[in-house]
Amino acid sequence: MTETYLAPLWISLKTVIVATAITFFLGIAAARWMAHYSGKLKGLIDGLFILPLVLPPTVVGLGLLLIFGKNGPIGEFLALFNTTIVFSWPATVISAVTMSFPLMYMTARGAFEQVDTHVEDAARTLGASEWRVFWSVTLPLAWPGVAAATALSLARCLGEFGATLMLAGNIPGRTATIPVAIYFSIQAGDMNEALILVGIVLVIAFGALAAIAYWKGKAYKARAMMVNRESVE
Amino acid sequence: MHFFKKNNLITIGLVGLLLAILTISGCSAPVPVELNVSAAASLTDVLKEINTLYTQENPDVTITPNFASSGTLQQQIEQGAPVDVFLSAAAKQMDNLQKEELILNDTRQNLVNNTLVLIVPIDSTLGITSLNDLAADKVKQIAICDPKSSPAGTYAQQAFDELGITAKVGPKEVLGSDVRQVLTYVETGNVQAGLVYSTDALISTKVKVVASVPADVNAKIIYPIAIIKASKNVDAAKAYIAFLFSDKAKTIFEKYGFTMVNK
Repeated sequence: MTETYLAPLWISLKTVIVATAITFFLGIAAARWMAHYSGKLKGLIDGLFILPLVLPPTVVGLGLLLIFGKNGPIGEFLALFNTTIVFSWPATVISAVTMSFPLMYMTARGAFEQVDTHVEDAARTLGASEWRVFWSVTLPLAWPGVAAATALSLARCLGEFGATLMLAGNIPGRTATIPVAIYFSIQAGDMNEALILVGIVLVIAFGALAAIAYWKGKAYKARAMMVNRESVE
Repeated sequence: MHFFKKNNLITIGLVGLLLAILTISGCSAPVPVELNVSAAASLTDVLKEINTLYTQENPDVTITPNFASSGTLQQQIEQGAPVDVFLSAAAKQMDNLQKEELILNDTRQNLVNNTLVLIVPIDSTLGITSLNDLAADKVKQIAICDPKSSPAGTYAQQAFDELGITAKVGPKEVLGSDVRQVLTYVETGNVQAGLVYSTDALISTKVKVVASVPADVNAKIIYPIAIIKASKNVDAAKAYIAFLFSDKAKTIFEKYGFTMVNK
């Protein structure tokens, strides 16, 4: 009983936390880079970053399988160290990161590009390095957008199915996340099992989104307080 | 008198001619029939060939095949999918539909047999020669169908139980949704071995058969066929099923490695 529900729950939680964290940093880094990049390859790189969002998840999964699989470049490299990614738990993280990265990247980049460049320039004239400008000015001002991006990525990681099934497979207790478990429960005709898993996923999703909204709300309040103090002084 | 103007008469005449043509053509052409056939994934290639032959001989019938694991197909029918004929890879799914009174009981017959075999990638160097080898440490991952939704998985599980290797093999299982997916897993070498039907192994050039499951498990593998009660094309379905039992179809089944059930 508990195996059927606790195992997918635990696997999904692990995957979502690790994958969202990785996407968070990768997405912000990529967004920061592309927001300031104006080279000739901008369109191409942008397209590449957004590609997993546009393609069907099974196609992305197939692509990942070709790269990480037994005959793929990364797969062959890892085989030298006796590691396989395919049908292992890290594969669920890789699939989730690949599918949620475009969301984080696009939304965060939008948030960064919306920041008033005058404020950033003011910081630069006061001697701040690019790094400091980013951390102390751009990122705090873009925070609501970045928080929204994180929420989207988290949701995407939680619901990821197609690519996960291709790369990580259905191994109960090891790679079967909640969406995979729901799919196979329905195939097996076990509607009750499927519905309970759906309930679990809803609880996690709402819980996580409520937490992010609270976090975002606090950032707003802090900023509002700062602005009030400044106008009073 | 205004009504019988020349233009009006020509229009009426043309419309009348059109109606006459439509009526006459409607009377003589046979109404085309579309048969929805849900069949187990292992029958994909053999049924495609049989269906092509059938539609050549019966041009007014179109066969729309739907291939998936028998459990999935059963699910779809239970949820009201418009299926005419169901061809399952095990009695269990047909029994379930029969219990729910979803099939025409007197149209249920056993069509073909199959055997479950152990396959490995064609370039495998692990030296696997029997199912018992699956318990060894050198075998890290084995693909089988999900026993909950696919007969092939149930038969595989029965074989493991009979040989007493379930505990060792269980943690290594990667569950596929149907035999074709398991076949692909072995073909791509991402698992070291898999259990599929001998008919699936025949289709592929990238795997080799190294063993078969115990004889008494193979003896249970039977494919029943029946017409779904809600079908709107019962006569056409009966004709199609009769064709599947004919000698022409038998030749094709045997070509793909199936054996007909002795009546």
